[in-house]
Amino acid sequence: MLLIECPYCGPRPELEFRYGGEAHVARAADPATVDDEHWTAFLFWRGNPKGLHFERWRHASGCGRFFNCARDTVSDVIVKTYKAGEPKPDAARLMTGTTP
Amino acid sequence: MKFSALALLKQALSGEPWPEQWRSPEPKPAYDVVIVGAGGHGLATAYYLAKEHGLHNVAVIEKGWLGGGNTGRNTTIIRSNYLWEESQKLYEHAVKLWEGLSQELNYNVMYSPRGVMMLAHTEHDIQSAKRHIHANRLGGIDNEWLTPEEAQAFCPILNISRDIRYPILGAALQRRGGTARHDAVAWGYARGASALGVDIIQNCEVKGLRRAPSGAITGVETTKGFIGAKRVGVVAAGHTSVIMQMADVQMPLESYPLQALVSEPVKPVMPCVVMSNTIHAYMSQSDKGELVIGAGTDAYTSYSQTGGLHISAHTLDAICELFPVVRRMKMLRNWGGIVDVTPDRSPIIGKTPVEGLFVNCGWGTGGFKATPGSGHVFAWTLAKGEPHPINAPFSLDRFRTGRLIDEAAAAAVAH
Repeated sequence: MLLIECPYCGPRPELEFRYGGEAHVARAADPATVDDEHWTAFLFWRGNPKGLHFERWRHASGCGRFFNCARDTVSDVIVKTYKAGEPKPDAARLMTGTTP
Repeated sequence: MKFSALALLKQALSGEPWPEQWRSPEPKPAYDVVIVGAGGHGLATAYYLAKEHGLHNVAVIEKGWLGGGNTGRNTTIIRSNYLWEESQKLYEHAVKLWEGLSQELNYNVMYSPRGVMMLAHTEHDIQSAKRHIHANRLGGIDNEWLTPEEAQAFCPILNISRDIRYPILGAALQRRGGTARHDAVAWGYARGASALGVDIIQNCEVKGLRRAPSGAITGVETTKGFIGAKRVGVVAAGHTSVIMQMADVQMPLESYPLQALVSEPVKPVMPCVVMSNTIHAYMSQSDKGELVIGAGTDAYTSYSQTGGLHISAHTLDAICELFPVVRRMKMLRNWGGIVDVTPDRSPIIGKTPVEGLFVNCGWGTGGFKATPGSGHVFAWTLAKGEPHPINAPFSLDRFRTGRLIDEAAAAAVAH
């Protein structure tokens, strides 16, 4: 079981959270104007990386808020959690540990 | 060599070890078809390419050892009682091949149509199960409704008392469903393919996909050097996204850990397969006597081939309530496999935007049952460059056209 650091509540066991899939997948600002390719990518294409993965979690049995998480999908180590709306951290720097 | 009662007797008397059942050659510079991944699906593909399409210049390359991924990690359940017509045709094609597979391969895959019973615990489950039964009857697939008493008569250790947390309200039974010996499936196909000239190259990891200036595939870069290929079929289960990324092909896949566990071996106690999608418990008994138990997937994507202990514990809670007789048994081993899940929980079998590159993936939590059918239609696709009518609906393009085959909504849970 993962120990996940909620940016609002601190570290809590995985059972308190709901997984929310890949993060930073933005819906088109004007959905009526985009084509099928764009919808396909938005709805279905996923990076599914073997390595650092940016993902959403929701602290369902806690504060109830969504936040983002950078996790290594090989070791399941959580490298960083951060609030929704904050910019996506630089993957290369996260993996070498040069940022907290 | 051909296995027979006489061959067994001669071998027993001679005391000599059995000869190797497949060759382990070094890769040739180039092949007509290279298949990435020597699991059941990949080996079956190679076998049918050679057997039915006359393509013998074929290699199957494998990062680890053959049958060491999800083929060797699943709970071996076979059934074809899916909701949608497209799925029914695909999985029923596989069941029909299972029925003659041991004879076809001259290798005992121990296919045992002992019946697969899927439990209903809620009003919604009853409606969903009966809808499946009616859909299956229209599709010519056997599936029948059992009352709790009939379910217990079919599986005597089932607890049908009304005072458990999720009482059993009935069950859908597919009598032709069952199990097979997973390793034997991989070994049987490997042996059959090798005898037909297919090179099976283990410990050979794909590092890249080489493409011509036109964009067409020309071969694969591996840890054993470059191997040329006119066509490449990727059958890499949980690692499909990683391989397809090498050709810049985006996939609608997410890889999740799926766990299974086995108990200490006991005398025969479980005559069939029982599945409960609602409370995530799947159990059958292997011919060795171990109870084979399947759990659900973890919540998050991962390539770790392990999973959270709370997932197995949750499954064992359900197993102990459904089968109180097993409560004091010890579990011998648990493990995880990485399953590639599509948004509609149906596989992707067909062409990709890259010329010469084909993919067979997205089998998610239930690919073993389809092994012979999957290999059969994918071999057709690789040989002819066009999908077989059975796998034509399972295209990668369906995520653009919206023609999904939504078994996810049909089952409402992992299945």
